[in-house]
Amino acid sequence: MDFLNALVAFTNFVFVPAVAYGAQLAIGALGVTLIYGILRFSNFAHGDTMAFGTMITILFTWWFQSMGLSFGPLPTALLALPIGIAITALFVLGTDRVVYRFYRKQRVATSILVIVSLGVTFIMNGITRFIIGTDEQNFADGERFVISAADFKAATGLAEGLAIKSTQAITLATAVIVVAALFWFLNRTRTGKSMRAFSDNEDLALLSGINPERVVAVTWIIAAALATIAGVLYGLDKSFKPFTYFQLLLPIFAAAVVGGLGSPIGAIAGGFVIAFSEVMVTYAWKKVLGYLLPDSLAPEALVQLLTTDYKFAVSFTILIAVLLFKPTGLFRGKSV
Amino acid sequence: MNSRNLALFAAVAVLFLITGFFQSWNLSLTILNMAIVSAIMAMGVNIQWGYAGLFNVGIMGFAALGGLAVVLTSSQPVDGAWRAGGPGIVLGLLLGLATIGLAVALYKRMHKGLPRTAAILAVLVGGFFLYRWVFDPAALAVEANSPEAFGNIGGFGLPTLVAWPMGGLLAAAAAWAIGKTALGLRSDYLAIATLGIAEIVIAVMKNEDWLARGVKNITQLPRPWPVPQEVDLQKSQQFLDWAGRWGFDPVLTSSIIVKLAYAGLFLTVLLIVVWLSERALRSPWGRTMRAIRDNEVSAEAMGKYVTGRHLQVFILGSAVVGIAGAMMTTLDGQLTPGSYSPLRYTFLIWMMVIVGGSGNNWGAVLGGFLIYWLWIMVEPMGLWLMSAFTAGMPDGSWLKTHLQEGAAHMRLVTMGIILLLVLRFSPRGLIPER
Repeated sequence: MDFLNALVAFTNFVFVPAVAYGAQLAIGALGVTLIYGILRFSNFAHGDTMAFGTMITILFTWWFQSMGLSFGPLPTALLALPIGIAITALFVLGTDRVVYRFYRKQRVATSILVIVSLGVTFIMNGITRFIIGTDEQNFADGERFVISAADFKAATGLAEGLAIKSTQAITLATAVIVVAALFWFLNRTRTGKSMRAFSDNEDLALLSGINPERVVAVTWIIAAALATIAGVLYGLDKSFKPFTYFQLLLPIFAAAVVGGLGSPIGAIAGGFVIAFSEVMVTYAWKKVLGYLLPDSLAPEALVQLLTTDYKFAVSFTILIAVLLFKPTGLFRGKSV
Repeated sequence: MNSRNLALFAAVAVLFLITGFFQSWNLSLTILNMAIVSAIMAMGVNIQWGYAGLFNVGIMGFAALGGLAVVLTSSQPVDGAWRAGGPGIVLGLLLGLATIGLAVALYKRMHKGLPRTAAILAVLVGGFFLYRWVFDPAALAVEANSPEAFGNIGGFGLPTLVAWPMGGLLAAAAAWAIGKTALGLRSDYLAIATLGIAEIVIAVMKNEDWLARGVKNITQLPRPWPVPQEVDLQKSQQFLDWAGRWGFDPVLTSSIIVKLAYAGLFLTVLLIVVWLSERALRSPWGRTMRAIRDNEVSAEAMGKYVTGRHLQVFILGSAVVGIAGAMMTTLDGQLTPGSYSPLRYTFLIWMMVIVGGSGNNWGAVLGGFLIYWLWIMVEPMGLWLMSAFTAGMPDGSWLKTHLQEGAAHMRLVTMGIILLLVLRFSPRGLIPER
């Protein structure tokens, strides 16, 4: 019984939150890694693209709510998500047309492109704050729990409850759909194949008649869609705040780099590695150990390796450890 | 310095004069002081990026370490803090260092394979728990020592002018440790690693209350030697007579004199750093750096020790940033870890270097002055423009309030546009490298 209680506590406080967070990071990191693979630079504006897309989705969610439109037990934001993706994609394509294309034609060094993306970061950050302000926004509605702790306790008779928030379930379901669709697209469609060819060897791809502008445009659209989805899922699960989204850039970059920049599988693996290590290192293990160990050995203290404020530190320690031993990430990313 | 560059500097000087004449000299000098500090930080970035092409976006962390050094060096010792847990903290930190050192030694000495991995893991895990076992009670004891007013380990009470070089030293030490681990990484990977390391530095400063009270902040740091206190000036009969003779308002004048004293001190530091940097850039060392930046492979083929030079320039640039960070904390009179954000302390400084002209010391200085002035002045200008724009709208309308409240955020947009325009039309900056 104690073992089951420990297992449930572990699932409730570590496994479920880490899986949801990992899925959000993985979708974000997929966007970063695609941009790196095709356009060959780390896009510092990705966090703010997430914030921008989420903001558009929130605005439309509010509008739908004011019209009395709802999605049954699911959050209204999911209805607004396609519109958010479309507008974000248009905006991102606009920045490519106005900003990045000039430098791409000139074939400038990657670091210049990174600095250019800093300029875009400033602008997108300013626009987001200008439109929606800097305050925290909660926009989740619909059913709150798939399983609530009380129901679980009543059903199983265990002392520990297991709660699964509907946003966590939605996150996981969406992530599976998005990843499956993305891999189908990259591996089965003509455009997807030309994207992979372009990422592997640009010159060879150009020689075989692939239109680079089309590949780049499709990449931006996919990246905008992934950023918006990741942002909305994170916002539903926790809450939306422009500054938090800017900071999300750190674990997302860490996930993309740990997996290997340019490798989609790596981005997914990296997302879960980062999420699990953040949650496990900052979780207070007292409860779980208390069930597992005999009473005489049960810990007095919290048994928390580091306080939650150090979660960024955890992701970057892992990042640096991975880079030291595998300089291009777990799945052999590229370096330009 | 040719006439074009002098004209550029004169134009920026005019901006400060305009602020002085049309708004207030107090404001103009406030901006000037921070602009000088920012210019020194920009010099630090220029040393790393302009000379050597190292993509360090962890500037915020080094600036914060400089500020921490001010607290540890020049604030007054805290009664009983050392007795409560000082030795324990030092022993704990030494144990932590020894653990890492032992792990590194094992990694180097033992042959690759399972035994090595197991040994390193055992050392790290054991060392971590030993460190926490020694360190935690000591840190808690220090934090429990009169927590309302102090709760930190306290400083040495040394003069502030000693604290600034200490800021440089602390930043340099951190840069050595970071450079040893991260400098082998390629461009983008290095950028992401330094970005994260800066966040870690800030996280440590926010959460380790025993160090500098964390987010409870340390206030009332002492002023450096020639800078007087406003209240002392206002009490001095000599000063009151002098101000009266010229018909100045004593309160305003005292604050201006304090700012002028800071400006003089900061300018001295700036000129020393510029002079040293110029000498370094024109020396064989500087030519080596630029050769490495332009073509690493051929520089290596010429027998240059690329890794060593990179580490050297990384440490030097970070030390300059650390000194500037220490000066900034002294100017503020307080250390507030919660106020460090990468937009302001990393990306804005980078923008100064890019706009001013990377690779050129005078360019970095010009960029520092210009961009900091804009950073401060764009906000009121945006507000003014927005109120002109919304003047026709009815008062209290939803859109008008929203636009006016949001105008403050327009400065980020403006900064982004300036950066993109410079990169597009003058990619080598206002004062290009020679």
